[in-house]
Amino acid sequence: MNISVLALEISVAVLALVLLAMDLSLEKDQPRRNIGYLAICGLTGIFFFSFTRYGMNATFWNGLFSLDDYAVFFKQAFLIGAILVILFSLDTVDQLPHSRAEFYVLLLFAVIGMMILASANDLITLYVGIELMTFSFFILVGYVLTDARSTEAAIKYLILASAASAVMLYGMSLIFGLSGQMNYAAIAAAGLPASPALLVGGVLLLSGFAFKIAAPPFHMWAPDVYEGAPVPITAMLAMGSKAAGFAAMIRVFTNVFPSTGYPWPLLALLLSGAAMLVGNIVAIPQTNIKRMLAYSSVAQAGYILTGLVAGTAAGVKGMLFYLMIYVFANVGAFGVVAAVSRHRNGEKISDLAGLARQAPVLAVAMTISLLSMAGIPPLAGFMGKFFLFSAVIDAGHLGIAVLGFVLSMVSVYYYLNVVKSMYLAEPADDRPFAVAGTLKFTVLFAMTATLAMGIYPGPLSQLAELAAKTVFH
Amino acid sequence: MSLPILSLILFAPIVGVAVILCLPQTAGRMIKMVAGGAMWICFALSAIMFMNYDWRTGGVQFTEIAAWLPDAGASYHLGVDGISAPLTLLMSVVGLSGVYSSWRIDKRIKEYFVLFLLLVAGVAGAFVARDLLLFLLFYEVVVIPMYILIVVWGSTKRVTKEYAGMKLVVYLLIGSGFMLAGVFSLYVLANPAGQRTFDMAALAAQGLNGAIAPEHQIVSFFLMMLGFATLASMWPFHYWSPDGHAGAPTAVSMVHAGLLKKLGAYGLLRVGLLMVPVGFKFWAPMMAAFATVSVIYAAFICLTQSDLKYMVGFSSVSHMGYIVIGIATADVIGLNGAVANMFAHGIMTALFFSMIGHVYNTAHTRDIKDLGGLAHQMPKAAVGFMIAGMASLGLPGLLSFIAEFTIFTGTFETYPVVAVVAISGIILTALYVLRALADALFGPRLAKWDSLPDLKLPEMVPLVLLSAFLIFFGFFPSLLMDVINSGIEPMTPLLAKIKTAATLWGGL
Repeated sequence: MNISVLALEISVAVLALVLLAMDLSLEKDQPRRNIGYLAICGLTGIFFFSFTRYGMNATFWNGLFSLDDYAVFFKQAFLIGAILVILFSLDTVDQLPHSRAEFYVLLLFAVIGMMILASANDLITLYVGIELMTFSFFILVGYVLTDARSTEAAIKYLILASAASAVMLYGMSLIFGLSGQMNYAAIAAAGLPASPALLVGGVLLLSGFAFKIAAPPFHMWAPDVYEGAPVPITAMLAMGSKAAGFAAMIRVFTNVFPSTGYPWPLLALLLSGAAMLVGNIVAIPQTNIKRMLAYSSVAQAGYILTGLVAGTAAGVKGMLFYLMIYVFANVGAFGVVAAVSRHRNGEKISDLAGLARQAPVLAVAMTISLLSMAGIPPLAGFMGKFFLFSAVIDAGHLGIAVLGFVLSMVSVYYYLNVVKSMYLAEPADDRPFAVAGTLKFTVLFAMTATLAMGIYPGPLSQLAELAAKTVFH
Repeated sequence: MSLPILSLILFAPIVGVAVILCLPQTAGRMIKMVAGGAMWICFALSAIMFMNYDWRTGGVQFTEIAAWLPDAGASYHLGVDGISAPLTLLMSVVGLSGVYSSWRIDKRIKEYFVLFLLLVAGVAGAFVARDLLLFLLFYEVVVIPMYILIVVWGSTKRVTKEYAGMKLVVYLLIGSGFMLAGVFSLYVLANPAGQRTFDMAALAAQGLNGAIAPEHQIVSFFLMMLGFATLASMWPFHYWSPDGHAGAPTAVSMVHAGLLKKLGAYGLLRVGLLMVPVGFKFWAPMMAAFATVSVIYAAFICLTQSDLKYMVGFSSVSHMGYIVIGIATADVIGLNGAVANMFAHGIMTALFFSMIGHVYNTAHTRDIKDLGGLAHQMPKAAVGFMIAGMASLGLPGLLSFIAEFTIFTGTFETYPVVAVVAISGIILTALYVLRALADALFGPRLAKWDSLPDLKLPEMVPLVLLSAFLIFFGFFPSLLMDVINSGIEPMTPLLAKIKTAATLWGGL
């Protein structure tokens, strides 16, 4: 038993507890900004430390927890996401009426949940990870108690996520009942014969994942919760929670499902097609930028799912690459939304009017992030779609690739509406646009990363390939 | 030659962008001069490249390779052959003329020139790329700058500029969505996993070998055709083009009709014909038929247009029809004519739009009837209109004549019916061009236009430069045609091989 396999999770947990202790030692009316800075520094340190975890490929406690390169890749994505989100949320948190430090602490606990999910190699670990992440988000989504929308979002998320967890748990219990095993490898070794109970169990498990990644028909919560939650939490839900759902899902698809007799990739194909269609088409009439981004994230889940349709190492590599660049695109977009929402006190697309005049850097960052999501070269999203769709074409599904490419071009329509508002419309007022330096830095960093990984995707693509190979046993 | 001349051509506009970004918004004149300077460098280098291209040896020259994305088999690989060398020259001429046609822009100058130079750099990259992924990258880059250019600096006439811009984007991007799927399926099918490559020469070799099964080639090419033919504005995918032209600012119309549409035709040739030849051959009769409809249908619409820009917009749809017919012949002569016409039409249409831009800037109308006898007030602009118009109707002595003549010669062998119908398009072209020029330039002198200035120095640059190309190559066509032929001639084995391949409708 090698406790150092858990080093990353332990260090994030220790960091969270240290932050909590610091908060207690401060007077009630003292500012909590420094706690945010400490969280950033700590997470950055852990992020660099995580590079030493590549190549370990160890398991902990009889395979409950697996630290392979695949898991490390995801953990790094979560850490980067958390660092950038905290960086741009410093001002938002300063404005919170109460419990400012706990915001960072809860965010870190959510990150621990995600990190456990990436390593989950056992149904129990999977469930623990999901619940830790989801419970932290329950509180974070409804963080602004004075805001009715935020509270509404929290209640919706609580009820729907609990239901999804229950459904998933039922699926797990069926699979456990059939195989007598909890560990993925052991379930696969049990060689389950095709049976209706297995089908039901698998589908229920899958619907739990589909809820987390917001794939139709389990996506209904996303627009409401995204709209109501504080902007940094929306960003974290859109990239972290989604990526964590994918991390767990890929492991089940590659390690458990192939041993059963059912064509699970076909289900992924249906989910993927539905997500692309629903996400891209319903995003068009949205007027609230957070709702628009929610539907766009549904569409993104559809693109990413094509990697599971392919079911090959190349497909998983595409998913890893895409999820990593999606973090940067999301940070860029939501960072700008946070700034606009603070300055103009609104989150409508029309609230971005004239941003190109007042804050050209933010407008450019927003444009680049959105176009990367749409997959326009030379931005990273294009390369991500290239990896995903060429893998799925290679697996013989040209149709879903055509659908994906065409719908991602349709998505340009609603992304460009935002761009049009920023570049063409007149600003609503002449107040100078105050942007915090940290926020500006964050969106600039995200934008640069999006550009750099689109123009020179080699290193990330190699890392993703390395990581993807370790998930196949 | 050790100088990386193609990289320099490609990066000249990009460096221009970087410099402009560092200048303040108020330094309008300086920004224009930097943009002009960048394009002059780009043009000079392209001219040197074109003159040094050794057509006797042929093949790909000025090659540059650097590692880029090895695990996907893609590299930063530049090079030009007999097809792309003239098109690169075309890019630089039209880009340079575009900067001077935008000299009167006075709104948000900095953003305008940044986007315009990005647009030109995208086209340049697509023409010099020898790697398919790199080609796609540049191919897709152009649409977004164009959208912003149209919605911010465009003009609202029959339709709003927002509508025109969005229509253009939606058409082009959805087309390119199909195209991307087609190209990636070609990439996946051409080589087994682990040996995949985006190298154009290697993929073309696989095309010649018939590495991809015919039924897959047919699907792949169909998907590509949806994208490339939309960009080449082939009927029935041309619908975005006239509104897009009319809404766009002058220089964007020039680039759009002069360069982007050529990029679509170039894609059909470079990716379609060379890499999935059997698929190309299968759909060729349909392309020829649709392109013939483009020629005739758009020419008829031109006859009734009252707005000069709509007329030239539809006329570019009509002329692109000739180019697509030439490509669809899959015949050495037809292809030669098609590439020559890409060059000729690019120059001619850019000249047309540049002159219209000047008229619209000063008179604020483009209505043909309303202009009366503009030759009285603007003799220099009238010269430009006349040269462009004469080139458009294929007057011997101008480059377009040679190009169109070659296309028809090639088409008679493969599609005699198409050739006859398409040639009648020339008569229609003569009708609408002469009608428009007579009504706009040589009507009665209208006193209200007496105060309008004629072309000044900046606007003279496009006129002189573009006319010089039309006339020079019109008198010395072999300087151009030899180069083009050195790019087409090596395709002979391929063309002979697919001569008997299955076609839709059994040919025409």
